[in-house]
Amino acid sequence: MSKELIRLRDLCMAFDDEPVLDHINLYINDKEFLTLLGPSGCGKTTTLRIIGGFATPTSGDVLFDGVRINDVPPYQRQINTVFQKYALFPHLNVYENIAFGLRMQKLPEAEIKERVMEMLETVSLKGFEHRRPEALSGGQQQRVAIARALVNRPKVLLLDEPLAALDLKLRKDMQIELKRIQQQVGITFIYVTHDQEEALTMSDTIVVMDKGSIQQIGTPEDIYNEPKNAFVADFIGESNIIDGIMPEDNVVQMYGRRFPCLDGGFAPNEAVDVVIRPEDIDIVPVEQGQLTGTVTSVTFKGMQYDIIVDFRGFKWLIQTTDHCPEGARIGIKIDPDGIHVMKKSAYSGMFGDYSSFSEEYDELDDATLSSDEEESGDEE
Amino acid sequence: MKKNNSFLDRLFMALVFVFLYAPIVLLIVFSFNSGNSNMVWKGFSLHWYTKLFRNRIIMQSVYTTLLVSLLATIIATVAGTFAAIGFYAMRRRVRNPLMTVNNIPMMNADIVTGVSMCLLFVAFFSGWGSFASWFNTLGLFRLPTHLTMGFGTLLIAHITFNIPYVILSVGPKLRQMDRNLVDAAMDLGCTWMQAFWKVIIPEIKPGIVSGALTAFTMSIDDFVISYFTAGSSSSTLAMTIYGMTKKKVTPEINAISTLLFVTVLVLLAVINVREARQERKLAAEQRR
Repeated sequence: MSKELIRLRDLCMAFDDEPVLDHINLYINDKEFLTLLGPSGCGKTTTLRIIGGFATPTSGDVLFDGVRINDVPPYQRQINTVFQKYALFPHLNVYENIAFGLRMQKLPEAEIKERVMEMLETVSLKGFEHRRPEALSGGQQQRVAIARALVNRPKVLLLDEPLAALDLKLRKDMQIELKRIQQQVGITFIYVTHDQEEALTMSDTIVVMDKGSIQQIGTPEDIYNEPKNAFVADFIGESNIIDGIMPEDNVVQMYGRRFPCLDGGFAPNEAVDVVIRPEDIDIVPVEQGQLTGTVTSVTFKGMQYDIIVDFRGFKWLIQTTDHCPEGARIGIKIDPDGIHVMKKSAYSGMFGDYSSFSEEYDELDDATLSSDEEESGDEE
Repeated sequence: MKKNNSFLDRLFMALVFVFLYAPIVLLIVFSFNSGNSNMVWKGFSLHWYTKLFRNRIIMQSVYTTLLVSLLATIIATVAGTFAAIGFYAMRRRVRNPLMTVNNIPMMNADIVTGVSMCLLFVAFFSGWGSFASWFNTLGLFRLPTHLTMGFGTLLIAHITFNIPYVILSVGPKLRQMDRNLVDAAMDLGCTWMQAFWKVIIPEIKPGIVSGALTAFTMSIDDFVISYFTAGSSSSTLAMTIYGMTKKKVTPEINAISTLLFVTVLVLLAVINVREARQERKLAAEQRR
């Protein structure tokens, strides 16, 4: 792995005595695509603003290449930012927007021109240099914002929900585009989003945050397959979370039955949360099932059916390609690697029950621009 | 029935305009009268205008008015713009009451503002007098012990009543601005001051210009506050006109009033056209 570039040490932040960040410890490697993922108000934007130098932490240190930069103003950091809603300068055209940072460095005009044109090419906006920002579409403005930041050749690019204002199709294209740009320029990207799919698609490392603290750090696969607690399991994808106990290693007991699994290292008979992903459940005839339940609701989702199955009062979500009619009794089978056991946490019992399931259970409500404005506390 | 109504409507409108503008029209017409009267038309002449421009007292007061308005506008625009930025950075809970305090002087009766400022100056001067006599006993250098109201106090008064108008027209421009613009500029290598010049000023320039124009208009046609703060040594145009009406009302007053009216009218027209243009631009942006 490449070397460490940024370290956040015991970072705390409060607005008006209201804690926003609670002892954040995090290191970020060079050339890494790291995503801060979490719901509104989890402190992810604040963390980004601290790294960018727009906010000063109440306590704790920010280290850049081993040097403490808490008091270094934004304009002296080798970090550039792509802001929410782009923040392009309305009175300047595309060329001047991108050239802004270079002009501040007082570079010769020829070099400015060369670098701006090269950047326009990178973001596929050649020929747009004399347009005004307001004459561009959202996706184009987005790319100008990225070019304006990258043209300064920063070591780190911060991106604050840059895709939130784009429509779904464009967002998907831009995800791939962003990843391509990151690989092309070969610098660290720190990306803030509340969209778990965006995070899974683009990141090398995901940092899941909630209520001002880090819940889990890991690769997208780790986060998805081995969530640390009920919050992470529920926030990333869909999860059925069932109370269980661990009688011994590799065996978990739910509903009074023992299931083989691949987890261990718990105290004998320790109470645990068991995560079962909806797609890891096989539907079998009742007599072959490890558990049996009644289908209470069926939703057609295109690629699969989402069915809600009642197992003795606790409702599970199961994704299957086989159609099961409502009211049918079915059996289910779970492979040992489909079961993930987590230690009990403060989040136990808060997530993972689909009793209140409704048709629009969707992962998260989509792209709300206002989402992070409350987070910054002092804003309107 | 309906037709009748609409006729009455029009008649009413016509009457409203007659009452509003007839006096002004009369004033303008008689400013070109060659005779000495405001009632008998004796033929067209620019006699009164030439006489006006030869009148030393009037020209002196025109000069005072322009100078005080210009200086007050410049100072109030700078101060008001920074004040607006200060307001903008405040939390809403603090800002709203302070904005109300800012708006009160605009609503307040001029006479109250004028008298209170006059009292303040007088009180300050008497305090200054005691201080200066004490200071002069130290023998370092001599301070004037006796200050009187004049151009300085007039200027201070004008700056004071102009600032709220500037704040009021710059404030909305700031609120329309994307909050991240300053951060973006600082991110790209600007200090706060550079960001202020390169990003904030171009963004709020329309507000600053309208604020300055409003302030200038207010200064030009102010009478009451000037009357109480100018003292006896300096006199604005409005004050001179008032003084002239105490003697015989000559068409000279008509002429100077006409010029004042036209000046203010032009300024107001400029302000309104600018505002209309900005609103259209804003509407066009929102439609996109």
